[in-house]
Amino acid sequence: MLSFNLRLEKRPLPSSTMRIAAPLLASVAMLITGLLVFAALGKDPLNALYEFFVVPINSSYGVGELLLKATPLMLCALGLALGFKSNVWNIGAEGQFTLGAIAGGGVALFWGPALGKLVLPAMLLAGILGGMGWAAIPALLRTRFNTSEILVSLMLVYIAQLYLTYLLHGSWRDPEGFNFPQSKGFDENATLPLLFEGGRATIAFVFALVLAAASWFFSTKTFAGYRMVVSGLAPAAAAYAGFNEKRNIWLALLISGATAGLAGICEVAGPIGRLQPSISPGYGFAAIIVAFVGRLHPLGIVLASLLMALLYLGGESVQLSLQLPSAITGLFQGILLFYLLAADLFVGFRLRRKVRDKPPRTLSAAAETIQPPA
Amino acid sequence: MNSEYLISIIVSTVVAATPLIYAALGELVVERAGVLNLGVEGMMLVGAVTAFVIGSTSGNLFLAYVSAALAATLLSLLFAFLTLTLQTNQVATGLALTLFGLGLSAFAGRNFAGLPITGLKPLVIPLLSNLPLLGPLFRFDPLVYGSLILFWAVHRFLHRTHAGLKLRAVGESPSVAHAVGQPVIRIRYLAVMFGGATSGIAGAYLSTALTPMWVEGMSAGRGWIALALVVFASWRPWRVLAGAYIFGAVWIGQLHAQAFGIPVPSQFLSSLPYLATVVVLVLISRNKRLTMMNTPASLGQPFVPDR
Repeated sequence: MLSFNLRLEKRPLPSSTMRIAAPLLASVAMLITGLLVFAALGKDPLNALYEFFVVPINSSYGVGELLLKATPLMLCALGLALGFKSNVWNIGAEGQFTLGAIAGGGVALFWGPALGKLVLPAMLLAGILGGMGWAAIPALLRTRFNTSEILVSLMLVYIAQLYLTYLLHGSWRDPEGFNFPQSKGFDENATLPLLFEGGRATIAFVFALVLAAASWFFSTKTFAGYRMVVSGLAPAAAAYAGFNEKRNIWLALLISGATAGLAGICEVAGPIGRLQPSISPGYGFAAIIVAFVGRLHPLGIVLASLLMALLYLGGESVQLSLQLPSAITGLFQGILLFYLLAADLFVGFRLRRKVRDKPPRTLSAAAETIQPPA
Repeated sequence: MNSEYLISIIVSTVVAATPLIYAALGELVVERAGVLNLGVEGMMLVGAVTAFVIGSTSGNLFLAYVSAALAATLLSLLFAFLTLTLQTNQVATGLALTLFGLGLSAFAGRNFAGLPITGLKPLVIPLLSNLPLLGPLFRFDPLVYGSLILFWAVHRFLHRTHAGLKLRAVGESPSVAHAVGQPVIRIRYLAVMFGGATSGIAGAYLSTALTPMWVEGMSAGRGWIALALVVFASWRPWRVLAGAYIFGAVWIGQLHAQAFGIPVPSQFLSSLPYLATVVVLVLISRNKRLTMMNTPASLGQPFVPDR
C-alpha cells in the first residue's frame, strides 16, 4: 500500500525537549515559508530575508527600536500567559491597553502641572488601574453571570477604541492641534526616561524584565500561582482541593488587565508622547501569539516578544526597501502561531518508521497492522 | 415617522443581518458537532477580500462568491487539520486563525483598498417588486433569500434528518458516537468545512453587497458577534435568525440615530452593537443550569479515537 512510511506514536511522557524545541522548529518553518513568500512576490528571497530580519537591528538605533516594540508585547503577554495557564481566556488585552493609556494619559493632561515630579508614578498607577478596571468587567460578568470572558473582553476592545476616539474628538482634544483628534503633548515630567541615548526605547523595558522575573516567582514559588496552574492543568483536581475558581478568574483577569494597562500608558508616555486615535498596531492581539510561542513561560515570553518585535520591524523595513506591503507582518505572525501549534504535536507524539512494508504473512501480524478508524 | 421610512429601515436591517445569519448558522453547525472555531472573523475577512479581488477583476460575482467560500473553506480545513487531526487546543487555534486571516486578507487586498466594485444586484420579483410602498421588501439581493433558505436547510438538517442526528450525537458524546461506529473525526471535519464556507460567503457579502469595497479589517467584529449569536441562540437555528435581525436592527438603528443628529456622541452610538452583544450574552448565560443543558456537551474538547 502506498502510504506514509512513518507513523505517529504516543510518547509515554510529554517530551520536555520538544516543548522547548517546538518554538524553534516553528520559527525555522516560518523562515522557510518567508523565503517562499518572498520568492513568490518576485524578490530575491535571501536578500529579502536579510532586509527583513537583519537590517532592522544592525544599528544601536535599531536595537532600541526592537526593545521599544518588544516592551508592550512582553508586558501584555506576561499577564495573558498567567490567565491562559489557568484556562482564563482574556483576548481583550488590546482594550485594556487602550484604557490604560486613557487613564494614565488623563492624569498627565489634567493633573500634570499640579503633581510636578510625581506625575509619572501617578500616570503609571492610573494606567495599571485603568487596565485592571477594564478587565474587571469580563471578570465580574464571568464570575457573576457565567458569561464567556472571551467574547466580552473582545467586545470591550471595540468599545475602548471608540471611547478613546470620543475623548479625542471632544474635551481632550488639543485646542492648538489644528483640529486633529489628538491630545496635547505630554511635558517632560510626564514622559518616561530613555533606556539609552540614541534610541527611543524607554525604561519601560526594564519594567517588563522585572515583571517577567516577578511572574516567574509568582507561578513557581507562591501558593496563589500554584493554584492557578493547577486549575488550568486539572480543573477537577483544583475543585476537589477546594481552590476557589472565582478567585482564580478574578486574579487572572486583573493581573493581565494590569499589565496590559501598564503597557498602554508606557506606550503613550514613551514613544508616542500624547494620546491619539491609533496607539497600538495590535500589540494586545500579537501578545496572544507571544504568550504561546513563549510557552507561557516568562523567559520564553521575553524571547518570543523580541522575535515578534522583529517581525514588526521587518515588515516596516521591507516596505521601505523592497516596496513590499507591511501587512506581511500580520501574515508571518499568524503563520508562526500555526506552525507552533502544529509543532506541539511532537511534544506528545513521536515519529516512528513503519517497520513492515511487505504484506504480513500470518494472521496475528495482519491483525497488528489494522489501523483504528480515523 | 412615515411608513416609507420605516420600510427602508426594515430593508436595511435585513441586509445588515444577512452576513450574521450566514456566519452564525455555519458556526452553529460546527459547534453542534462539538468544535469551537473562534476563527470566524478571520475566515470572514479572507472571504471578503477573495470575493472583492475576484469580483472586481473578473466582473463575475457568482465566481466571486464561489471563490470566497472556497478560500474560507481552505482556511477552515487548516483549522480542522490542526484541531482534529493534531488535536491542538481549539481556542488557541481559532485565535490563530483569526489573526492569520487578518494578516492574510490585509496582505492579499493591499492593492484593492478603495477601488470601486459593482455590488450585488437585487432580484426583481415580477409584480411584487413594483408594489407601491411595499415594493422594496421584494427587491432584496439573492443572498438575502439565500440566507433564509440556508436557515431552513440547517434547521431541517439538524432536527429532521438522520445525518443531522449523527452530527448532534458527535457533539454531545463523541465517544458514544464512535462506539456505535460513527466516523467522529470525519463528521467534525465536514462540519468545520461547512462553517468555513458560510463564513466565506458572509465575508463576501460584506465586501460586495453591504458596503461594496474592500477595507482592511472591514468585518469590524462581526465574526465575533456571530459567535456570540450562537450562544445567544442556545444553539438553535431559529433563534440565530431572530438574534441576527435584532442585531441588524441595533446596527441600523444606531446609524440612523447618528444621521438624525441625536445629541449623543456618535462614538457611543457606534459602540451600541458591541454593548448589546455583551448585554445579551449576560442575559442568556445568567442561568448556569440552562446554559449547561443547551451547550453541546463536548464543545471545545478534543476527541482521540482509541482503538
